Amino acid sequence: MSRSRLGDRLLHGYTWLIIIWLSSPIAVMILFGFNDKQSKSNTSWQGFTLKWYAQLFEISDLTVALRNSLLIAVISTVVTVVIGTMLGLALGRHRFRGKGTTNFLVFAAISTPELVMGASLLSLFVSGNVPRATATIIISHVLFSLAFVVVTVRARIVTLDPSLEEAARDLGATAWGTFRQVTLPSIMPGVMAGAMLSFALSIDDYVVTSFVNGSTVTFPLWIVGAVKTGIPAQVNVMGTLIFGIGVVIAVVNAVAVRRRT
Amino acid sequence: MRRLTPYLLALPSWMWLAIFLVVPMAAMASVSLQTGNAIDGYAMTFSFSNYTDALGRYSPQLLRSLLYGGLATAAMLVIGYPVAYWIAFKAGPRKSVYLFLLLLPFFVSFVLRTISWNFLLSDNGILFGTLKAWGLLPADFHVLATTFAVVGGLTYNFLPFMILPIYVALERVDPRVVEAAQDLYATRMGAFRRVVLPLSLPGVFAGVLMTFVPATADPINAQILGGTSNTMIGNIIQTEYLTNLNYPAASALSFTLMAVLLVGIFVYARALGTDNVLEAAAR
Repeated sequence: MSRSRLGDRLLHGYTWLIIIWLSSPIAVMILFGFNDKQSKSNTSWQGFTLKWYAQLFEISDLTVALRNSLLIAVISTVVTVVIGTMLGLALGRHRFRGKGTTNFLVFAAISTPELVMGASLLSLFVSGNVPRATATIIISHVLFSLAFVVVTVRARIVTLDPSLEEAARDLGATAWGTFRQVTLPSIMPGVMAGAMLSFALSIDDYVVTSFVNGSTVTFPLWIVGAVKTGIPAQVNVMGTLIFGIGVVIAVVNAVAVRRRT
Repeated sequence: MRRLTPYLLALPSWMWLAIFLVVPMAAMASVSLQTGNAIDGYAMTFSFSNYTDALGRYSPQLLRSLLYGGLATAAMLVIGYPVAYWIAFKAGPRKSVYLFLLLLPFFVSFVLRTISWNFLLSDNGILFGTLKAWGLLPADFHVLATTFAVVGGLTYNFLPFMILPIYVALERVDPRVVEAAQDLYATRMGAFRRVVLPLSLPGVFAGVLMTFVPATADPINAQILGGTSNTMIGNIIQTEYLTNLNYPAASALSFTLMAVLLVGIFVYARALGTDNVLEAAAR
């Protein structure tokens, strides 16, 4: 075997090592959702059981936290996708005053560390005597997801041929009709990617939420709070289910996109 | 009406970004100069000593954060570059499968992944407990609550953000350029060093930007993997804000952190010869 072929093989093996390293905590999480543990700590393997799946919703405040997270993720995703797609359209299709400033704001929203974003939002809410609750969490989640939706939608729009929209208008379509029947279907992959990204960012967020949550507890907040006393196996099961559903949706979406093109 | 369209489209996002990004920064700037306490309230006194006090007290944690963030970023670059290189040039039609496998961790919550590491690395857990039982490790061996655990956790958590931009840059390199270099008698290493590496620098730049900033400001890895002696600036800011309700000190620290990171980005952009940071980051 020549030296370069050997080098490629080594790099191939190395890539698999990194993939295994990245996936090992996931494997542990899934495995210990099946652990028949007796004590509170979930650190040694004591046999296979499905009881944590059967008792998934036994811990009521954990269930509430998961439900809060899902609700917040759905609402903030809908808001983000609507207003983010609008801004993405404006930036990708139109010339207007303040475009440079808008681009800068979008960049600033992406590059501000989460910690600083959370701290500044809390400063605003404290200064304005705004009570912290579910609403302030949703506001913050829209803020940190917005720029990502704008960027994905804009990236999709600039690859489209504007003459399609002109043709629709020449054929007598109204502005709204053109948008609904021509523009929207062709930017849909970008909108969907933005929606999935913003849902994932929302349901995963700990840092920003920890500043603005008030007394509302989300899934990540509950888990961090439980670290000291021991994480119940139900958390592993919920993590496993979210992982499974997420992977299935991503694969189905990827296959659908490939079919269409 | 048509001329108004872009403004109407942009309006909701403008309002959101103005009210919840720009105004809060101003609010934080104002709070950082106030004095008072949580019970009687705070008043504006233009007290710049908030900054010197906070820095005097917490400069070790700030420096430690920059050090840990820098170490983790360097580790990610060294670990991630070969992976991006192999996938971009050698993975052939299965590129997207490998990319998907690298992204698998993102389907599990950040917090949960970090806790999984805590669990894997625990002193008497499945890994070290077993090795200790076999006598392969001394009984007092531990990784948790060390610098290595925190830097390792940061490296683990942000690695895909380093690999992806480098991959995108390498993917764009035309293989014929490399062949041309080799035809002109460049060695494999020479072709890499003088052709591929320079072309991948924008990706390296974006990768460093996307990992150094969040790694430096991250409170979770230090909290879950670091024990008491590896506190980072993120933990201090959280405690000052949420436990001590010392808003002025916490705001001053947040501002300092952001300023340090911004200065770092600009110095770094200059060093790489990229005058326009925005443009480089947007690519």
